[in-house]
Amino acid sequence: MSEIFVIVEHRLNEIRDITFEMLWKACELAQTHSHTVTAILLGHEANSLAQQISDRADKILLSDDERFKNFNAGAYKEVIAGLIKESNPILTLIGNTAWGMELAPCLAVSMGYPLATDCTDIAFQDGKLVAERQMYDGKIFSRVSFTDSPGYILSVRSGVFAKDPLGDRKAEIVKRDSPPEQAPSKKEFVEYVETAAGEVDIGQAELLVSVGRGIGEEENIAMVRELAEALGGIVSCSRPIVDKNWLPKYLQVGTSGKSVSPKVYLAVGISGAFQHMAGISGAGTVIAINKDPKAPIFRGADYGIVDDLFKIVPVLKQKAQEVRKK
Amino acid sequence: MDIVVCVKRVPLTEEVDLMIDAQKKGIKKDQLAFVLNDWDNYAIEEAVLIKEKHGGTVTAVTVGNEDDEEVLRRCLAMGADRAIRVEAGDMSRFDSYGIAKILSRVVKDQPYDLVFTGVLANDDYHSMVGMMMAEELGVNHVNMVIGIEVEDGRLRTTSELEGGLGEVSLIELPALLAIQTGINEPRYVSILGIRKAAKKELKVMDLSELGLSDEELAPRVLIEEVYLPPETEGAQILSGDPDTIAATVVDILTKKGVMG
Repeated sequence: MSEIFVIVEHRLNEIRDITFEMLWKACELAQTHSHTVTAILLGHEANSLAQQISDRADKILLSDDERFKNFNAGAYKEVIAGLIKESNPILTLIGNTAWGMELAPCLAVSMGYPLATDCTDIAFQDGKLVAERQMYDGKIFSRVSFTDSPGYILSVRSGVFAKDPLGDRKAEIVKRDSPPEQAPSKKEFVEYVETAAGEVDIGQAELLVSVGRGIGEEENIAMVRELAEALGGIVSCSRPIVDKNWLPKYLQVGTSGKSVSPKVYLAVGISGAFQHMAGISGAGTVIAINKDPKAPIFRGADYGIVDDLFKIVPVLKQKAQEVRKK
Repeated sequence: MDIVVCVKRVPLTEEVDLMIDAQKKGIKKDQLAFVLNDWDNYAIEEAVLIKEKHGGTVTAVTVGNEDDEEVLRRCLAMGADRAIRVEAGDMSRFDSYGIAKILSRVVKDQPYDLVFTGVLANDDYHSMVGMMMAEELGVNHVNMVIGIEVEDGRLRTTSELEGGLGEVSLIELPALLAIQTGINEPRYVSILGIRKAAKKELKVMDLSELGLSDEELAPRVLIEEVYLPPETEGAQILSGDPDTIAATVVDILTKKGVMG
């Protein structure tokens, strides 16, 4: 029997969903393998945060300190490494988020533990830890194992595990003094800024006509605009279009852009990276046009059109214009 | 400001039917085209932009075989001053930590104020080499960087968080930054540009020069098996000529009540 550590991610006084998802998976593993679940919560005036997860762990180690008011990977690493050395958990789970992606590798190197990132499933098979993950933009899956180690660190993909409590647990909240800072932090939090504010709120649209990398050239965006207009929908896009500066950030659907929930989402030339799919989980019906039959978008769509978008879009536009005239 | 940028050559896999190799440890790569990893393209551009504004040097580093020099030449054409390739033989014997150690050892001996990596490489999707290097080198680090301003020997960085939120930080040098796509608009590189850059220094180092033992480089993460995603129910595929397909789509949209 050992412990499973879950590093609690919170922002602006809210527990982030990834934390609930990791706790669900940790509880499932704990049930099957007689481990216990310990949530590691670093925060400032974080009692109310601890209460929100108290039915999902056996223990909460709460380190309350003003320097944890905002996330700082260096400070987190220092404190968590100390807790790992003390309790020797077999497994430490961290979210594969902007913050977790910074913390997990630093912690793994500092502890000398193996690390697998962005895991979509985790299991102990015959006592050996195995993890499932994806490569090549979700076109290839892989199963990884690890060399023997006193502990392992895995980062977990958002949205793959349930958010609900699992089983009947009542966490004991243990306050821990945070160790004195070794050296003054050389990274200083300044502020949060909105990076996706704009005049159109795609989160409110009923029909989104969304364009991705398959559109090829900037001048072809016009074709998608015309289609959206003909259908009475609003244009949105996937990340590569914003990266190329072809459309503004406020039209971007996905983890780093907006989550949308239209009645219908028409994806034009979008491959369907998981960060994009996470943003359309609230969509009613998803229709995807892509010439690659292996594009991950077809795994999450209701209807698929495996064809050249340049053949389909003009005909669809014309058909829509005809129907709407009537 | 001296900047070292760590880059990787990756296969182009979009709209390509990928096949698993015989050992089920990777994909068949012999028919694939290779490019500079997208994230690294933004990283090298950002380094060159900073150099153009504030002076200094840009060095591009990769671990790989002779074919991988192709991406270093591209970096030189984009404005890097010099490039280093570490010849490490069979790359499949390393995990990301091994690569991070090799790169850290190379970087440590270069003059640097900043080290850039891409946030991730779109082959293995590990997203860990950069931050492992930061820990190995013992320098400050920022992830998901979408904005950099140089301020009195410090940096003001903006990181991309989830949900359209950015995090602004002040950070002291030296530092390692993992660069996110979209931070800039990488310049176009012509064949002529690459030819001109052939005059620039491209140094080849052998792994044995770095003094890392086999034990230090032994992988901790082992690929058991790679496989194609299981066939799922997935989408109902609409087939027929474009007219038939368009009529079906309009029909679906009408039924869902989204067509005025």
